[in-house]
Formats: sequence, C-alpha cells, structure tokens
Amino acid sequence: MTEARLLEVEDLRVTFRTPHGPVEAVRGVSFSLGRERLGIVGESGSGKSQTGRALLRLSARNGRVSAKKMVFDGIDLTNASERTMRRIRGARISMIMQDPRYSLNPVVKVGDQIAEAYRIHTGASARKARDRAMEMLETVRIREAGKVYDLYPHQVSGGMGQRVMIAMMLIPEPDVLIADEPTSALDVTVQMQVLALLDDMVRERGMGLVLISHDLNLVASFCDRVMVMYGGRVMEVLEAGRLHEAQHPYTRGLLNCLPSLEHPQHMLPVLTRDAGWLEEAR
Amino acid sequence: MIEVENLTVEFGRGAATVRAVRGVSFTVAQGESYGLVGESGSGKSTVLRAIARINPEFGGTIRVNGTPLTSKRSRDEARRMQMVFQDPYGALHPRHTVDAILREPLEIHRVGDKDRRIKAALSDVGLGPEFRFRYPHQISGGQRQRIAVARALILEPEILLLDEPTSALDVSVQAEVLNLLKRLQRERGLTYLMVSHNLAVVAHICERVAVMNRGRVVEELTASTLRGGEPAEAYTRQLVSATEGYDREAVRGYVTYE
Ligand SMILES: Nc1ncnc2c1ncn2[C@@H]1O[C@H](COP(=O)(O)OP(=O)(O)OP(=O)(O)O)[C@@H](O)[C@H]1O
Ligand SMILES: Nc1ncnc2c1ncn2[C@@H]1O[C@H](COP(=O)(O)OP(=O)(O)OP(=O)(O)O)[C@@H](O)[C@H]1O
Ligand SMILES: [Mg+2]
Ligand SMILES: [Mg+2]
Repeated sequence: MTEARLLEVEDLRVTFRTPHGPVEAVRGVSFSLGRERLGIVGESGSGKSQTGRALLRLSARNGRVSAKKMVFDGIDLTNASERTMRRIRGARISMIMQDPRYSLNPVVKVGDQIAEAYRIHTGASARKARDRAMEMLETVRIREAGKVYDLYPHQVSGGMGQRVMIAMMLIPEPDVLIADEPTSALDVTVQMQVLALLDDMVRERGMGLVLISHDLNLVASFCDRVMVMYGGRVMEVLEAGRLHEAQHPYTRGLLNCLPSLEHPQHMLPVLTRDAGWLEEAR
Repeated sequence: MIEVENLTVEFGRGAATVRAVRGVSFTVAQGESYGLVGESGSGKSTVLRAIARINPEFGGTIRVNGTPLTSKRSRDEARRMQMVFQDPYGALHPRHTVDAILREPLEIHRVGDKDRRIKAALSDVGLGPEFRFRYPHQISGGQRQRIAVARALILEPEILLLDEPTSALDVSVQAEVLNLLKRLQRERGLTYLMVSHNLAVVAHICERVAVMNRGRVVEELTASTLRGGEPAEAYTRQLVSATEGYDREAVRGYVTYE
C-alpha cells in the first residue's frame, strides 16, 4: 500500500516435530506490511498465529522456522542475535496473544503489569508508571479503572483481560502490532471502540497493524487489505472492502458459513475443503 | 427448567466491593435456548458461574427442575448440567493430553466404554483421532475450544451452560458447532443458556435473549425482535448497530449507558 515497508516476509515456513511426524504449520507464506491495517483470516489451524509468532521468534521449542527473507525496518530477522530480538520484541514489534489470560502473570495485579511494561520501556518512576497505566486502562474503555487496577487476572472478565493485554502492548508505542484475535471476547460496542483506538495508532503514528481475526465482517469493514490463509498457505490477498466479492471457493465457503441477523437459516452451510487448493497456491 | 429470581453476586468488601450481578431474573423452559448478551463486565459469566456454583456465594434463588440450588452441587447435578467456559486455554489442564482431559469426567462419574466415548466426542466436534494424544499448547485456539465443547458433551448432560462457546472458533467450525448444538437439542431435548457477544449467533440458537448492562437485565426480547432491529432500549439498539461493522464516525457517537 504505502511505499514505507515495515515488514517483508518471503517463503516463511514453520514445521513442528511431533511423535507422530512433522506438522507443517506454515508452508511458504509471503507478504509485506506498510503503515496500514492488514487482516489475516482463515480457518482454525491454518497457521495465522504461527505466522505471527515466527516473526518474533516465539515459536514453540519443537518448531523450526525458515524464510528466504524476513526483514523488519532493515533488520534481517532470520539471523538477528537473541539480543537484537529482545530489543525488538515488545518495544518495536508487539504481539497481543490469542489467549490473553494465559499471557498475563496470574499473581500480579493487572494495573501493575501495565505499569511494569511502561517502566521497562521508558525507565519512568513507579509513580509516573502507575499514572500512565491508569490512563491506559481508561483509553481501552475500562470502567472504574481505579478498582480494576488492583484486580488479579482471574478477577477480571474475559473482555477486560483482553483490554488489559491491549493496553500492555500499546504502551511502548510499537512500530508494528500483531493483534491475534484481540477483540474476540469483547462485546460489539467495546470491540468497535478498541478498533477505533488501533485505527488512530495507524493513522496518527503510522503504526503497521496485523489483525488476525475470524470475524470476516469485522475485517472487511476495518482493514485495508486481507490475506486469506488455508493449510499454512496464502490463498489470496484482497482489498478488504471487496472481501464479500471474493471468488476463491475457500473464501466464499468461509463467507457462507456466517450466521446472519437479516437472513435466518435453520442449519448453516459448512465448508467443503478441496486438497487442490493447496497445490494451486504453490 | 431453570428459574433465576432476583440473583445478586458481589465480590470483595467495603469500598472495593464489585456488585457484579444486581437483581437478575429470568426463566428458561425445558428444551429452550436462552441467550445472555451485553456489555463486557456486565455480569454474564458471573450469572452462569452462580448457576454452576463455581461462585458458591450468591443472593436470590436459582431453581433447576423446581429444586432450589444450595451452595454445593451434587455429583448427579453436575452430570446433568455442564458448562463450557469462555477461556479455552484456562479451562484445559496444560499438562494433560486431550485424551486425559476427556477421560477425567468419565472416570469421576464412573462411566464405562471410555475409549469409544472419547473417539465419538472428538468426532462430534470435528476433530480426528490424531488429536487424542496432543497437549493443549500443541493445538490451535479453535481446536482447544472444540475440546472444551467435547468435554462438556461427553457426559450427555441435559443442561448446557455455554459461555462464548464459539468466539474463539473460525467461522466454519463455528457453523459446525452451532449445527451440532441445534442437532443435539433436537435429538436430546437439551436446554441451553448461552452467553455470546455475537448477536447473529445468539439469534441463530436462542428463542429469547436478555440484554445485560452493569449487572442488570435491561431488556428481554425475542430473537425475531432482535432481527427486526426495533428493540425498546437505546443500549440494545447501539449493540445492534455495532454489529453492522466498523464505522469510525458511528463509534464516536457511542453513548455509555448507566
Ligand atoms: N507446538 C506445536 N506442536 C505441534 N503442532 C503445533 C504446535 N503449535 C501449533 N501446531 C499446529 O500448527 C497448526 C497452525 O496453528 P496456528 O495456531 O497457527 O493456527 P491458527 O490459524 O492460529 O488457528 P486458530 O484460528 O484456531 O487460532 C495447527 O494445526 C496446530 O495444531
Ligand atoms: N473473583 C472476582 N473478584 C472480583 N471481581 C470479580 C471477580 N470475578 C468477576 N469479577 C467482576 O465482576 C464483573 C462481572 O464479570 P463477568 O465475568 O461476569 O463479566 P462478563 O459479562 O462475563 O464480561 P465479558 O463479556 O467481558 O466476559 C466484572 O466487573 C469483574 O471484574
Ligand atoms: Mg490462532
Ligand atoms: Mg464473560
């Protein structure tokens, strides 16, 4: 979209060793990201999360990652040192994980976790960090931020936990944010408010956003481009506003599965998969 | 089947008290599906957790099949009423294989024929036998949620409490799980109480829906009223409009309802 490429990925592969043989989770994914909103959709297990994790070198220990090219802002991520990766992770490329509560420390108050994230990146005083964390809780539309600050992860609702994670990841003002299902536990109005916040970061700060989501309507209405994944491969890349006009049978199949408020159906169509899709993509 | 009367749930003490549920009442008939929607943090999960007695402390009355619930739930009751949790990772023991996760309820309730039931439960939720010996961290988010649904179904309960059962699922698996829920309801006459923030999903499964805000039910409506788009409450109308997709201007106009 824009000429300023933040991320360039070519032929990314992630393979897991398991007792039952290798699992090829990502099989030759290529894409680039500018200062834009890129959506990644695709069925469960299609490799969306593993694509995001591989960029930050966060694949599980039984995984092996390779790529012809994986460059972030001129830095070659394929052979960057662990030290470089630590400096990039969180500060310059942040990832909001799919299971928010699992990513939070269960024995630290949620407010303190956000404050700590701020201190690590800025070296601010404890007081300043506390104020900033409180502000961030309000930014992500948490009511009664003062009370919520002192709660532990198991004491907050699903949607609150998700917003705490978002606050933590946004506080260092990263260049790239990979948001893995960041709003799946939010009610629709709060979901839209959180998206507006991410939208502001893209428009005002030029952040690049990768939004991984199952919600095709949301991605179509929010993103600039959409990448459709199946079986670890990219089936097609579309202009988001035209997602509903997609021609690929897989994308059409996904769109048809959606229940709709306007058009009630007794049973929903389910996807019929075609092994041929994987070959065509080669 | 389920009668909830003036339910209240509070957490903490003194100034820090959170009044999570503030006088909620509704009834669900046998074989009916009832939906709870509403704001994040409005107390939807807390209502389900009170009925399942995961939060044993509650005010008001909950009756199931006419019997008022006490703070402890009996084993028989547990078998008849199962819950699918919102947070699929937290709900599955990280060091147990899928097989062990599905086997545990069968062992607790001394149900025989375990291997056959485990295989059937996996195939009911569209997972092949190769998933049986994996650990939760070795499967995708959607696959984990299907395991959670499979575990709830394996004891063949009469009532299912479903907390966002499909929000972690992709649309094709969501369609499979929703079809499965409909089929089971038809075949076994199951009763559902379902929380979801996806209004299309709720309207698809449920005949009636309660809209919650700040610990209260602000409106009860039928699925067809929800579809028709003319709910009585402004808060519900805002929810319906947000369902239509991202609209930057509309978001700025949102009102916070107290
Ligand atoms: N540590 C691991 N060992 C073996 N297989 C794994 C491991 N981690 C992930 N996988 C497999 O890799 C594939 C891709 O997983 P990934 O988490 O990227 O899916 P996803 O597209 O994010 O799905 P979802 O929408 O359900 O979150 C899945 O089939 C998953 O089971
Ligand atoms: N153990 C606890 N201690 C203190 N507060 C709690 C506890 N559990 C829940 N709460 C509070 O109760 C309120 C209702 O939470 P609940 O989980 O029922 O919300 P919800 O409607 O399910 O929201 P979501 O849609 O985000 O999941 C929230 O303000 C939450 O912080
Ligand atoms: Mg995922
Ligand atoms: Mg909840």
